[in-house]
Amino acid sequence: MYHYDDFDRTLVAERVAEFRDQVARRLSGQLTEEEFKPLRLMNGVYLQLHAYMLRIAVPYGTLSSPQLRTLAHIARRYDRGYGHFTTRQNIQFNWIKLEEMPETLAALAETGLHAMQTSGNCIRNITSDQWAGVARDEIEDPRIYAEILRQHSTMHPEFSFLPRKFKIAVTAADHDRAAIRVHDIGLRMHRNGAGETGFEVVVGGGLGRTPFVGKTIKPFLHKRDLLSYIEAVLRVYNQYGRRDNIYKARIKILVHELGAEKFAAEVEEEWRAIKDGALALDEAVVADIASRFTYPDYETLTDEPASLQTARASDRRFDTWFRNSVAPHKVPGYAIVTLSLKPEGAPPGDATADQMDRIADLAERYSFGEIRVGHEQNLVLPHVAQRDLPALWTVLDAIGVATPNVGLVSDIIACPGLDYCSLANTRSIPVAQELTRRFRSLESAHNIGRLHINISGCINACGHHHVGHIGILGVEKNGQEFYQITLGGRADEHAELGSLLGPAVPYEQVADVIEDVVAAYIELRVRPDELFIDTVKRVGIEPFKERVYATH
Amino acid sequence: MPLIKNAAEIDDPYLRALDDAPVPEQGAVLLPAARFLADAQDLAGRSGQTGVIWRNDRDIGELAPWLDKLSLVALVFPTFRDGRAYTQARLLRERYRFRGELRATGDVLRDQFLFLHRSGFDAFEVKKPGDAQAFIDAIHRYSVFYQPAADGERGTLWRRIKPAPARHNAVNEFTS
Repeated sequence: MYHYDDFDRTLVAERVAEFRDQVARRLSGQLTEEEFKPLRLMNGVYLQLHAYMLRIAVPYGTLSSPQLRTLAHIARRYDRGYGHFTTRQNIQFNWIKLEEMPETLAALAETGLHAMQTSGNCIRNITSDQWAGVARDEIEDPRIYAEILRQHSTMHPEFSFLPRKFKIAVTAADHDRAAIRVHDIGLRMHRNGAGETGFEVVVGGGLGRTPFVGKTIKPFLHKRDLLSYIEAVLRVYNQYGRRDNIYKARIKILVHELGAEKFAAEVEEEWRAIKDGALALDEAVVADIASRFTYPDYETLTDEPASLQTARASDRRFDTWFRNSVAPHKVPGYAIVTLSLKPEGAPPGDATADQMDRIADLAERYSFGEIRVGHEQNLVLPHVAQRDLPALWTVLDAIGVATPNVGLVSDIIACPGLDYCSLANTRSIPVAQELTRRFRSLESAHNIGRLHINISGCINACGHHHVGHIGILGVEKNGQEFYQITLGGRADEHAELGSLLGPAVPYEQVADVIEDVVAAYIELRVRPDELFIDTVKRVGIEPFKERVYATH
Repeated sequence: MPLIKNAAEIDDPYLRALDDAPVPEQGAVLLPAARFLADAQDLAGRSGQTGVIWRNDRDIGELAPWLDKLSLVALVFPTFRDGRAYTQARLLRERYRFRGELRATGDVLRDQFLFLHRSGFDAFEVKKPGDAQAFIDAIHRYSVFYQPAADGERGTLWRRIKPAPARHNAVNEFTS
């Protein structure tokens, strides 16, 4: 956990005071809606279909128990008793009144939370691996650098009116759980030949209506140069990014139009002029931020204690959950536990105020008071002693967050769609809900194995459909909801965009088509452990296409 | 259009010259970039003060050879959402060490004053009455800045490890 100091607390408090004044000027009519819009956006306030929506930053997906209780309080006091965790590790509340926004932000500030730069054409919440600091395949904790970037990008005077929004993700593990290759800047920590750790810098990834996998423009960047190099990328983008067309304004278009090499050369030239200036990150600065992160005081334990083995042997439901939702931890005797926010028939990523309170309590009791939010819209308890797993599971099961479907066909990522969003053309939540009903059999889900379904209700791709193993994109045709299906996308270290299966299908047929695709996979796979994504890679789209369009 | 400088509303001493109008030898004039560059040698040698209006899509580096002869560079915000001039301002202050007046023109709103000030602007053509007072409020609203910029702040990341109040690189001495 990063702990705020007086600097951080002061800045957030000053920001709340500023926004209080801006809201007052809007309510009194001194500010027009057009003038107010960028101000509210930079404080996370959107105007949605039915009401204002507030998006709260969860930097690199790390929350403390008191912070999660604050979110529960906001859900209860200012919203309708629930919140929605997003694919960028944030949480959204859909029903907050504008008049109550300043007090909501003040309540958040009390536990070190804010909504700064969760929207608008600025540098957004910095995301990271939800297993950061505990994953076995990690070389160091990427959140130290995510926090440095968070601070550096907060209220950046030069980069608060960029051509378009700007998203940065950091990972330090072999397996990419942060989808860095579909971000404006993706940073992958790794070791160079000399054994030093630094960053591979990937730019120009992104989804939306023109999806791209990012390109590496710097294979190895020393840590001291992190901020100066990022500043150089942003400066090139701020000057040359397109502002004539909102759909061509993301950095991915600039990188595509210039070519990655030319773009890299522009960045290099700018970087050389500033790299030894005020932004050079000496070790003392990094050490100072690192010192503000606290880590659990782990006990000396051993893996697979007898009590765990007994529980697994005696309770099949527990064992099924254990095999699905519990991952190895870097410290012996501990485990990483994923809490599924994808129960059958519910909107993906929603949690009620009561669930949030209970999870905060469980984190305090079993996970050193720490909770993580993952981009797959699930929560994580990152430091659970393996001996506590049976007791923890009993409560998780009772509060409805122990569906053993993590990474499986019913662990669907979906945007809010037409149920909430003013940009959407079609619904996504009901599609997800229907699919969770179709695939309610856990036995069959486990037989299908790892399979990510991603649903977006419009071309803006908030549900990341391009990188779903199965992607579903809603499009409106003559007032009717149709859905395009793509196969073979992935957001990990082998990031790839999915290929279109064929013509879009109407709303009523989506679930049938997905069932057909899955049935085709079961027939096509060479062995039970060949994953869906690997089968698609091996056989291509055609066999799936034949099967689906022969029947529909 | 009210002009704010040194945190007060003042009368603009500059005469705006049109592209083809003859430029008087005396007095402060503000010229469009093309007009200035067409005759830069002579204009830079005028005895009166010379300022240039620079578009936000033109490389500010082109102006570098003339900066020590210019008393004012006016940068342009076609809309407040177009943030290119923030970069131009920082380059002028931090890379080219321009010490003259740096004026924000166009769609300049009080809610951007802090960012403008931190990027190195010290003069603002504003739209609404009361903006001079708002300017003072805006630049004092925050006491913490995470990143170094053109206003001489070092940034919190560095202040934490070396609390000394030194302000390197201050260009806006009047507000320091």
